[in-house]
Amino acid sequence: MSGNGLVSLENSGDVSKYVTQALDYASKFGVDGACAHVGRGKGYELTVRMGELETIEHHNGGNLRVTVFMGHKKGSSTTSDLSEEAIAEAVRAAKSIAGFTSEDPCNGLAPKDRLAREFSDLDLCHPADIGRGKALEIAQECESAALSSDARIINSEGATVETLETTTAFGNSDGFLHEGKTTSYVVSCCVVGKSESGMQQDYWYSTGCDPNQLDSPQSIGLMTAKRTLRKLDSRRINTCDVPVLFEAPIASSLLRCLIGGISGSALYRKASFLLDSIGEQIFPEGTRIHEQPHLKRTLGSAYADAEGVATVARDIISDGVLQGYVLDTYSARKLGMETTANAGGVRNLTIDCSERDFAGMLKLMDTGLLVTDLMGFGVNTVTGNYSQGARGFWVENGEMQYPVEELTIAGNLRDMFRSIVEVGNDVDLRRNIRTGSILISNMAVSGE
Amino acid sequence: MEKYIEQARSALLNPVEVGDRELDTLLGKMTGRHIDHADLYFQYTRHESWVLEEGIVKSGSYNVDKGVGLRAVSGDKSGFAFSDDLRFPTLTQAAESVRGIAHGIGTGRIAVADRRSVKAPILYKPHDPLASFSDLEKVSLLERVEQEARRTDPRVKQVIVNLAGSHEIVMVVRADGQVCADVRPLIRLTVNVVAESNGRREQGTFSGGSRETYDFLTNDDVAIDYAREAVRQALVNLDSVNAPAGTMDVVLGPGWPGIILHEAVGHGLEGDFNRKGTSAYSDRIGERVASELCTIVDDGTITNRRGSLTIDDEGTPSKNTVLIENGVLKGYMQDLTNARLMNQTPTGNGRRESFRHQPMPRMTNTYMLPGQSTHDEIISSVDKGLYAVSFSGGQVDITSGEFVFSATEAYMIEKGKVTRPVKGVTLIGNGPDVLNRITMVGNNLELDSGIGTCGKNGQSVPVGVGQPTIRIDSLTVGGVEV
Repeated sequence: MSGNGLVSLENSGDVSKYVTQALDYASKFGVDGACAHVGRGKGYELTVRMGELETIEHHNGGNLRVTVFMGHKKGSSTTSDLSEEAIAEAVRAAKSIAGFTSEDPCNGLAPKDRLAREFSDLDLCHPADIGRGKALEIAQECESAALSSDARIINSEGATVETLETTTAFGNSDGFLHEGKTTSYVVSCCVVGKSESGMQQDYWYSTGCDPNQLDSPQSIGLMTAKRTLRKLDSRRINTCDVPVLFEAPIASSLLRCLIGGISGSALYRKASFLLDSIGEQIFPEGTRIHEQPHLKRTLGSAYADAEGVATVARDIISDGVLQGYVLDTYSARKLGMETTANAGGVRNLTIDCSERDFAGMLKLMDTGLLVTDLMGFGVNTVTGNYSQGARGFWVENGEMQYPVEELTIAGNLRDMFRSIVEVGNDVDLRRNIRTGSILISNMAVSGE
Repeated sequence: MEKYIEQARSALLNPVEVGDRELDTLLGKMTGRHIDHADLYFQYTRHESWVLEEGIVKSGSYNVDKGVGLRAVSGDKSGFAFSDDLRFPTLTQAAESVRGIAHGIGTGRIAVADRRSVKAPILYKPHDPLASFSDLEKVSLLERVEQEARRTDPRVKQVIVNLAGSHEIVMVVRADGQVCADVRPLIRLTVNVVAESNGRREQGTFSGGSRETYDFLTNDDVAIDYAREAVRQALVNLDSVNAPAGTMDVVLGPGWPGIILHEAVGHGLEGDFNRKGTSAYSDRIGERVASELCTIVDDGTITNRRGSLTIDDEGTPSKNTVLIENGVLKGYMQDLTNARLMNQTPTGNGRRESFRHQPMPRMTNTYMLPGQSTHDEIISSVDKGLYAVSFSGGQVDITSGEFVFSATEAYMIEKGKVTRPVKGVTLIGNGPDVLNRITMVGNNLELDSGIGTCGKNGQSVPVGVGQPTIRIDSLTVGGVEV
């Protein structure tokens, strides 16, 4: 038996055996179907603050999740202890729970004929020997670029280098078993600026599965400083109804609201503002939003979803019309539909952009609010009611005039989606949802 | 507490044959020149969750989480590693990896001291919630809650009930010799309903819990009340109209709306931000930062509360810390490291999500003490404004002091009377600024029902909030009617 933790992980990249163990126990305990997922991460996180090493965290741990079906009854369990006894115990616990849940004909494994068979290399694993010394240098260079760029940058929450090597395996009692390994690297920085009117902070980061995909430490630091400085001396504005431009890094939150509304769990519970809207024009004509699950060297890409179903590149919105929902096996059965291979979420969701860059988008808006930060929990997926805290810049004549704070923006998501004017080509490629800045023709802005 | 230490040993250490000698060896590897503090945090958590929807219990889950976090602190620097393998060779390697943090900076030089225990009043019984009901009883509780929600009103179309319980055994072994353990039960029940009328759908949610067994939910029909409360909120929202946009006087009801204190004051008074000087409240002790009606405390010592802890995750007994007294900033919330660096006393606020995370200053139960006004006096003092009674969550930028919190149940106040319900709105303000505009404080202090979870640097911990009814003059309300 192989254990888990610091020592053994180094000697073994193989985590499928835990899945196999779990499935073997499931079969031994006489369940009708089972699936198991194991994830294991190894890496470290190093933070430098005010030029000096502040903390090093070594990350090394794993987890197993097993789900069993007794007829159409379901039970699950997880364990961080991957010893054989603990895995057996987890399967036993899942089976015991299944004894107390109710028959639900929609419960069960993913359809056999939809399971992924092709797994070509997505180029997601780039182990790099970034030792502590090198990481320390990167973090110091990044933070120092921010701190030394302007006398008004007076403090720092630090610069951090994170590396993580993740091995995951998923298998089910229909014979599916797949193991994959990915690496991820993040360099981030957060500093504080000060002027007579007070302090402001902002952050920036760069990420990728290959360290060579990351921006230089210096450029990350400089961007952090630039974003912090431009917030200084923020003002308030009067309550108004104006065009709103969502800067690319936060524009993805709008598409996340879309996904929330067309996800199977919200739909079968009738808890969505986009109920029964397939075939409906919910975005302006010409809008295309699609999934790209097979992009090479892109975190978020995968050939199989969390249930082993083969992922597909597909349009979710084409010409502004909703083409399909975001479903896993269970919610698809509830809706009398087929899974869209979205167990675990969407993959590299992309909204096609125009040819206008960020400056062009400001010009297009002419006068209005550029939103750079959103805060709060004011999105209601049942009604589409939207009310969020915001800050950013007041824009006139297509130019940013001054920073503004303590505002809210509000509307209804259905109206907001329909009144998208254009999407800029300043696409933020760091996220699983890829969009440029998004201009909405008008929203209620609450201020003084 | 001796009993808890034995319980922790038998759950965590005895199976892997790690005893006192091994613990000393590990701490020995983590200490020495330039090391100010070192600790081992052992944790064994069993957690379960049961979900009912569409009238049937659809799924349940049982989770076991076991491991240790190892930390060495040198000055303001820390080295940290965790392992879910508790066998000695693995722990030895982890212990060696954290020692490297000391690069000749820390002033301390600790060696492993003789063992000593710590005394703290026990704030909750160590009972295991998971074993307090049979699985059949858990399922039947969910069904009763669901039936009550549906029975209350025919417009209820969807009911989701989630029952969760956990039992956590933690043991903190410190290089300074202190050894202590805690056994922490925690339960929570959440009821979410969707009501429909004339094609319009709205939701209502109510949730609560405590550091007790599931009996808490069945005594006095607590769970049944949650169901009625969720339905009531959904029905109120079916009649809600668009909220106005702009600045207006706002009355916050008692209890859970105390989330404003958590955001507008609490985070900004955590020791780490203040040591680094990145908080809007940095270097302001002794200054007036709020209206003199405001006295705000962080109290981890309330029996059975969700945010309470007998000892924090560094082994410091919980305290009741005055943060703001009559408007004047009195103190910060501290963990060991930040207290030492700021030359202050630890306040029992060193908390962590799990053995996988480092501790940092976190809130426990944060609330405002009662004032003189009655609830009715406060409502009738407002000519035109907003009355908010329930919230989905809040967020703060501690450096600028800007904070938001999002209401899920709110009403207009017109000519001193509560009138129409309005749709959910986010409220925004700046902490020090808004606290100075609290012009009335009620005599009706309530704590929340036991629902709060606070996130900081990616770590979640259970917390509580509370307050009496308060009036805030001119707060920005994020409605759509301009």
